[in-house]
Amino acid sequence: MEILGLLSDGFLLAMQPLNLLLIIVGVTLGLFIGAMPGLGSVNGVAILLPITFLVPPNSAIIFLAAIYYGAMYGGAISSITLGIPGASTAVATTFDGRPLAMKGRASLALVTAAVASFIGGTVSNIFFTAFAPPLASVALSFGNPEIFALMLLAFATFVGLGGDDIPKTIFSICIGLVFAAVGYDEISGAPRLIFFDISGFLHGINFLVLAIGVYGIGEMLWTIDSTRGKITSTEAKFSIKGVTADAKEALQRGWKGTTIGSLIGFFVGILPAAGATPGSLMSYGVAKMLSKNPKEYGQGHPDGVAAPEAANNSASTGSMLPMLTLGIPGSPTTAILLGGMVIWGLTPGPRLFVDQSEFVWGLIGSFYVSNFFALVVNLAFIPVFIWMLRMPFTILAPMIFVLSVVGGYAATRDMHDVWLMLIFGIGAFFLRKLDYPVAPAVLAIVLGPIAEPTLRQSLLLSSGDPMIFFNRPIAGPITVIAIILILLPLFKFAWNKFRRTGGNLPAQQG
Amino acid sequence: MRRGEIITAGILALLSIYMMYKSTELEIGYITGEGPGGGAWPFWLSAIMLICTVFIAINWARRTSPPSQSTEPMLDSYGLKMLFLVGGGIAAFIGLSSIISMYGGIFVFLLYYLRFLGRHTWTLTMTLSTLVPIVFFFFFEALMRITLPKGWSFTEPLFNWLNNFIY
Repeated sequence: MEILGLLSDGFLLAMQPLNLLLIIVGVTLGLFIGAMPGLGSVNGVAILLPITFLVPPNSAIIFLAAIYYGAMYGGAISSITLGIPGASTAVATTFDGRPLAMKGRASLALVTAAVASFIGGTVSNIFFTAFAPPLASVALSFGNPEIFALMLLAFATFVGLGGDDIPKTIFSICIGLVFAAVGYDEISGAPRLIFFDISGFLHGINFLVLAIGVYGIGEMLWTIDSTRGKITSTEAKFSIKGVTADAKEALQRGWKGTTIGSLIGFFVGILPAAGATPGSLMSYGVAKMLSKNPKEYGQGHPDGVAAPEAANNSASTGSMLPMLTLGIPGSPTTAILLGGMVIWGLTPGPRLFVDQSEFVWGLIGSFYVSNFFALVVNLAFIPVFIWMLRMPFTILAPMIFVLSVVGGYAATRDMHDVWLMLIFGIGAFFLRKLDYPVAPAVLAIVLGPIAEPTLRQSLLLSSGDPMIFFNRPIAGPITVIAIILILLPLFKFAWNKFRRTGGNLPAQQG
Repeated sequence: MRRGEIITAGILALLSIYMMYKSTELEIGYITGEGPGGGAWPFWLSAIMLICTVFIAINWARRTSPPSQSTEPMLDSYGLKMLFLVGGGIAAFIGLSSIISMYGGIFVFLLYYLRFLGRHTWTLTMTLSTLVPIVFFFFFEALMRITLPKGWSFTEPLFNWLNNFIY
C-alpha cells in the first residue's frame, strides 16, 4: 500500500503542467530522433542534456526519460517504413516490419509496434514499481560468465531454428562477430584487424554502418532488381477504422510476441552492460523459436514486430533500474542520464530511494505518463508515416539512399564508414541473391562487443577452464540450452535420416 | 546462379583466410595471467567461417542449396545496368560529398535519380532536390549540432550565408 501512495504522489508530480508539457515535447522529439537512421535515444538525450539545466532536476530527468521513451517508439518507424533500422534497438523490427509494409500492411506493422511498445513499457513499469530493490540484487548476480551464456543463447536462437541454410547462417554470425572485433583490442589496447592497413578501421566498424548498408542499400538494390524496377509504391492504406481493426489484430496475432518481449526485455534490460538491443534481438529469436510457424517469421508476422518492440521498451525501463538503485548504467543512454543526475547533485544508489524519494517516484510516475503519451503521439503520426510509404518508389528509393548515406555519416562522422557502408550494401545484395541470411551478421555485430570481453574475462577468471560456463547455477543451464539449440539442426537431420531408414526397413523385409 | 555460388564461396574462403592471417598479428592462444590473447576471438571465428565455406562448397557439389540448382544467371543485363546506374549513382554521391559538400551531393544525386532514373517532372525534381538538402542542413547543423562534410573551400560563402540563420 505504501508503494501505491508513493506512486500516486509520483503521478501528481509528473502531471504538473510543466512536467506534462516536457513529457509531450520529449516523446515527440524522441519519436522523430529515433526514427532518423543513425540517430538514437543516446543522441537525443546527449544533445538535449544541457537544455535541462534550465528546469528543476525533477523536470529535467522526466524530460530526458520522455525522449528516451519516444526514441524507443520511433526506432520502429524507419525499420517498418524504410527498411532501415532507426537504432540498434530496432534492428529486429526490420525483419518482419518491412515485409508487412511491403505487403501493404504498414498500418498493421506500425500499430503493432506502438501497441506492443506500450504494453512492454507498462509491464516493465509495473515490475519496476513493485520489485526495484530485490531485482537490482538479482541483476548483480549476473557476472561475465552469465552474460556470455546469454549472448550464446541469443546466437543459438538464430542457428537452431533451421529454415535457412545452416553453414550460411553460421558464416553470417561469425563474420558479424569478426567485424565487431575490428579496431583496438579492448583488453591489450593493441590495434586489431586493420584491413589493408587502412586507418579508418582503427575506430572499429560501427554496427550502423553494417545495418544501414545491408538494409538501406543492399535491400533496396535487391528490391529494384527483383521487381525489375516495376514497383511504383506500396499500397499502404490508412483510416481511423482501419487503425482500430489493426490494433485488434495486433493484440490477437501479436500477443505472444508482446508477452515474450515484455518479460525478456525487462530482465535483459536490468542486466548491467546488456540493455535494449540484446533484449529485442533475443525476444525475436525466442518468439520465433516458440512459434508453431517459425517459417512465417521474416515474411511479415505481427509477432515478429511485437516481440522486439515490446522488448526494447520494456528494456528501456529495465535499464533504469540498475542505474537508480546501484548507480550502474544498463545502456549508453542511461549512462548519460546518470551523468545528468550527478550534475544535478543526486547520487544514484540504494540511498536514493530513501533520501530523494520524491525525485525517484516522480520519475517512476513519469514513466507511466510518458509511455501513455508516446503511444498517443505515435498513433497520431501514423498517417504521416503511411503517406511516406505511398510515395512513388522512384521518389522513396532515392530518399532512402540519401538517408542511408547521411545516417551512415552521422553515426561516426567519418567518410571511410560511408564508403564501407556502400561496400557492405553491394556485398549484401549479392549474398542475399545467394540465400545467405544477412540478419544474423547484423545481430552479431551488435552483440559482439558484449560477447567477446565477457568470454575473455570469464576464461581469465577460470584460468582458461571452459567449465566456468557449465558449473555456475545461472550460467550452466543457459549454456546447456544454447548448445542444445545450436545442435538442434544436427539432431533434426539425424532424426529425419533415421526415420527414412526406419521407414524403408519394413518394405525391404516385406 | 550455380557458378556464382561457388565463386562467392571461394571469395569468402579467401576472406576468412585473410582474417585468420590478420588475427595472428596478436596472440591467438591463452596467455597465463591475461586470458585469451587479443587475436584468439577473431582467429577462431574466422576458422569457423572457413569451415562453413567448405560445407557451402559440399552442398553446392551435392546440389542441395537452391542457388546450386538454379540455371538463372546471378546478374542479368537488367541487374547489371541497375547496379551500374543506382550503385554507381550512390558512389558518385559519396565521392561528390567530399568536393561539393554532402548537401551539394544530395542535390546532385536527387536531381540525377528523380529526373533521369525516375523520369519525374522538372518542377518536382527541382523542388525536392533543393528542399531536402536545406531541411537536412537546418536539422543537422542547427537542431542536432552534427556537422556534415562541407566539401572544398569554394562552398564556404554559401554555408556562411546559411549559418547566419542559425547563429
